[in-house]
Amino acid sequence: MIIKISDDALARAMGADELARAFERKGHEVHRTSSWGMHWLEPLVEIDGKGWGPATLEDVDDILEGGAAEIAIGAIEQHPFIARQQRLTFARAGKTRPLNLQDYEATGGWAGLRRARQIGSAQILEEVTASGLRGRGGAGFPAGIKWQTVAKASGPQKYIVCNADEGDSGTFADRMLIEGDPFMLIEGMAIAGEAVGADRGYVYLRSEYPDAIRKLERAVELSAGIVAPFQVEVRVGAGAYVCGEETSLLNSLEGKRGEVRAKPPLPALEGLFGKPTVVNNVLTLAAVPHILVEGGAGHYGTLGMGRSKGTMPIQLAGNLKHGGLFETGFGITLKELIYDIGGGTESGRPVKAVQVGGPLGAYLHPDQFDIRFDYEEYTEADALIGHGGITVFDDSADMGAMARFAMEFCAAESCGKCTPCRIGAVRGVELIDRIRTGGRTADHIERTAVMHNAPKHGRSQEQEIGLLTDLCETMKFGSLCALGGFTPFPVMSALKNWPEDFTGRADREAEAAE
Amino acid sequence: MEKIGEIIAEHRHREGPLLPILHAVQEEFGCVDADSEALIANGLNLSRADVHGVVSFYHDFLDKPDLRPVVQICRAEACKARGVEQIMDAATAAAGERVKLTTVYCLGLCSAGPAARVGDRLHARLDGPALAQVIENA
Repeated sequence: MIIKISDDALARAMGADELARAFERKGHEVHRTSSWGMHWLEPLVEIDGKGWGPATLEDVDDILEGGAAEIAIGAIEQHPFIARQQRLTFARAGKTRPLNLQDYEATGGWAGLRRARQIGSAQILEEVTASGLRGRGGAGFPAGIKWQTVAKASGPQKYIVCNADEGDSGTFADRMLIEGDPFMLIEGMAIAGEAVGADRGYVYLRSEYPDAIRKLERAVELSAGIVAPFQVEVRVGAGAYVCGEETSLLNSLEGKRGEVRAKPPLPALEGLFGKPTVVNNVLTLAAVPHILVEGGAGHYGTLGMGRSKGTMPIQLAGNLKHGGLFETGFGITLKELIYDIGGGTESGRPVKAVQVGGPLGAYLHPDQFDIRFDYEEYTEADALIGHGGITVFDDSADMGAMARFAMEFCAAESCGKCTPCRIGAVRGVELIDRIRTGGRTADHIERTAVMHNAPKHGRSQEQEIGLLTDLCETMKFGSLCALGGFTPFPVMSALKNWPEDFTGRADREAEAAE
Repeated sequence: MEKIGEIIAEHRHREGPLLPILHAVQEEFGCVDADSEALIANGLNLSRADVHGVVSFYHDFLDKPDLRPVVQICRAEACKARGVEQIMDAATAAAGERVKLTTVYCLGLCSAGPAARVGDRLHARLDGPALAQVIENA
């Protein structure tokens, strides 16, 4: 009897290792597979397609006897959370052992690369463009166009760089993919190399993901002969959020401070070490092997809606009963994601706000939950899909505090190159503090006689809010990259939807003081 | 001294060798101090200012070693939504002077926070007592 238990970092954090050892001690063969992505059920034990979770050491005997009814979920593939998905990028999730080459080959691995090598560069570029694949890192730039630019650029040395610096809170799809199906990422990079004429690839992986680093390094070793002459190397980040921005990432790879570069020149023309470079997110590159199999591009293009083609691995996070990874075609509404699939809040309290797209994404109000998952629809609503993370907050959340945190985070992680971000974020924190305490009074220096030009009346709460709005405008249009440019999204959406969380506090305190 | 020379020799042939070298030095000595910076600068034919600029940019590199065990606690949005701020006071009390608590922005366990990391070991779904236990065992 083969028992499957995930070795994904989240399953291990919930005690999957101890559980696997317990089954082994009973004399059973345990396969450590990737995770199905049903995180509330981890550690999940699978025997003959049936699942039990979350399982503890006390459940081991019961599970082996087919009991433990209270944690049994029946056939995993039929579980509503799995059955409702359209899994392409995560097709192997839960089914294969991440570092097992036989498992990979047996489930269609390397077929895309083999075909890519037969059809050659021009045809690969055409198919990737035709599939409608857009960059999954957040900007949604068409991958085919980017590849064509690099392919056309001249030069003996070109690079494929995989952006695996998944720093956004509420996102974990890159981590799960690298830990669960690392060969697919390597295959995608090799295909990109084939398409643009690059023989070297770098994966820039963040240091906060120790399991992913270990597995990807091993996968690179194991598959070196298969992807040769293409070479892949893993480089580990050093805790800077801004290095998820592509030009900052390139500087970091070169061994410099992770400062953002001004564009142009585009990385596609002058990227790593000044050479033409494809920079793509993990999920973009991992979608490629599927597109390159016979008829894959056509199939991909039929999924999704509007100009958002294919599937998106959506990450359900925060205060949700059923959090995890949900891959589906574009077009699903937030309401479905939060209530039908996510099961509402784990705390059982009403949903107050949902942040889509990581720390730089807007906070959406329950009135907006009919919005469909689509790049254009989110842009219209002054929001962004980003990397597809959804973080749910219940009604105990203080949105004023969350807005302040957005500014604080920007100040802590700013690379310092442009002024709106470096200084604007610091001033933003101060402004929000002043709004929340009811405005500001003139200080003793302003009141002195020599400061006759300074206003003597301080600033009211409304004036401070006006200043914050103005500051956000400046940051949005004046920053070099998305860190400073998008921090206004969470701040302004919180201010617009929950003004009482900014102003009400002062009122309540005034009441209490009376 | 010798060890740093070995680390530089091991990595210097790579493209963009500075970050891998700094990671190795940080791992070996628990910090990248001014003396190490000078040696690395010399080894890679960079100025000390260049190397210091890089070391000071990244959160992972420390300028002096801290021998205390470190517990990293995620305090980003998803963990806040799951109540990490409400258990921070208890965590600080449990840590006292013995354990160093640091804030990390996201360990990628966002559906199962609050989360913490000790060395390469991750912990999820923490509540006050569980986090205190993690800190105690660190």
